Amino acid sequence: MLALRGLAGGYRGARVLQGVTLDAPAGQVTAVIGRNGVGKTTTLRAVMGLLPGVEGEVTLAGERLTGRPPHLVARAGIGYVPEGRQVFPDLTVEENLRVGQRRPSRQWPPERLFALLPNLRERLRNLGRALSGGEQQMLAIARALVTDPRVLLLDEPSQGLAPMVVRELAAVLRRLAGEGVAVLLVEQNLRLTEAVADRILIMAKGQVVHEASAAAFAAEEEAVRHRWLTM
Amino acid sequence: MDPVALFTLQLLNALSLSALLFFIALGLTLIFGIMRVINFAHGAIYMLGAYVGVTTQTLTGSFALSLVLAPLAAALLGLAFERSALTRLYAREHSAFLLVTFGLALALTEAIRLAWGPDPRQAELPAALAGIVFVLDEPFPVYRLVLIGAGAAAALALWLLLHRTRLGLLMRAASQNAAMTAALGNDVAAVRAAVFALACGLAALGGALAAPLFTAYIGLGTSVIIDAFVIVMIGGMGSFVGTAVGSLLVGFAQTFGNFYFPELALGATYALMIAVLLLRPGGLFGREE
Repeated sequence: MLALRGLAGGYRGARVLQGVTLDAPAGQVTAVIGRNGVGKTTTLRAVMGLLPGVEGEVTLAGERLTGRPPHLVARAGIGYVPEGRQVFPDLTVEENLRVGQRRPSRQWPPERLFALLPNLRERLRNLGRALSGGEQQMLAIARALVTDPRVLLLDEPSQGLAPMVVRELAAVLRRLAGEGVAVLLVEQNLRLTEAVADRILIMAKGQVVHEASAAAFAAEEEAVRHRWLTM
Repeated sequence: MDPVALFTLQLLNALSLSALLFFIALGLTLIFGIMRVINFAHGAIYMLGAYVGVTTQTLTGSFALSLVLAPLAAALLGLAFERSALTRLYAREHSAFLLVTFGLALALTEAIRLAWGPDPRQAELPAALAGIVFVLDEPFPVYRLVLIGAGAAAALALWLLLHRTRLGLLMRAASQNAAMTAALGNDVAAVRAAVFALACGLAALGGALAAPLFTAYIGLGTSVIIDAFVIVMIGGMGSFVGTAVGSLLVGFAQTFGNFYFPELALGATYALMIAVLLLRPGGLFGREE
């Protein structure tokens, strides 16, 4: 569904991405792990069009997205759940959701959305800033879903969440993959990654250096951890 | 004169001044809220509104038409300026934006001087608005009451825009997190352009409303932009409610200062600003950033 080919670029003076190539197929959770600073967040920002001057190619079901501004990337069918959730603090939950809805969502009308994320229903009138971390995370996911994405990008969604909420999150991501969404998950939390991912990719120094199915990853975890993940 | 009546008249005077200031300060704060920059040209746009208003009225004899054409002309000018010059500057340092809008203010002022000449221009109010009413047995100009109504109507209209329309929702969202607003499929550049045009239109409407009272003269923009800056600082940069409250405070400080302490009048506005900023550095309704 989503394909990245040789994505390179970065910020002024720092070429963070050194040719990232990966695929996020429909109906699967693809997880990207790696140490801090290897370019995981930057990869997602590059896909979204939030990183100027990116080289390489991003395609969605064969349609080239590279070089498009963020709003056109989103309209092409990419939902973005950024690092730190970034809910609008001074908008209500309902307004946060409306920002993503240029028209009423076809795939995620309110009944379906609140069946998936029940906690949000009672919080509709509350401000984004008044939510707990877990609720903010679910809101950030809901807000991306109502844009009717074919691909969902998530940047460290488990950060700062209690273990029980992380389990809830895992269930939500599995459900989404079950609906046919291509989920691309960037994570540090191996527990979440192993619980939800179909494939696990490891990034180091701005490239994908290793790729394995979830089962294969579990078998080789010690070696992988030692080589690419320990500081 | 009866002190109660005197006070009431001053109160109405203050409200009408607040209403005029509100038109220009509101545009400044809208622009700041969504673009995080100060538009130095806002006073010149206000002045342009006054001149276009006066000329429209002179040519057509219609005051109502002047209140339509002046904001329309300014909104189109603002839109063209935003699309051509400003849109390239958002990613740059704020100083670039300040310099370019300051440049526009100078260019616009000179253009007005060339087009209209150095002498002040004034148009007559239509008879219906030029009369007086009696407030507590004292005469009071009808037009000042009209201004109060116009300011209140503008506040209500803007509130409805911000809270009841999609454009308003996107304005509020983009002022909190522009990148995220875009990443949810919204054209933030178009929202910015709309806000800039709207803010220029509001300033010009204020200018056209002010023209019958103050006449249109070169320098009108400079005198009013300083008050508008003070209002935005007092209310809190980017806050709609703050701007409304700030306009009232400054309008009252100037009117009552002028009346009761004329020798200190000039300082009243600044004393107010200093007092507010000492207590709340981000302004009354602002957030410290």
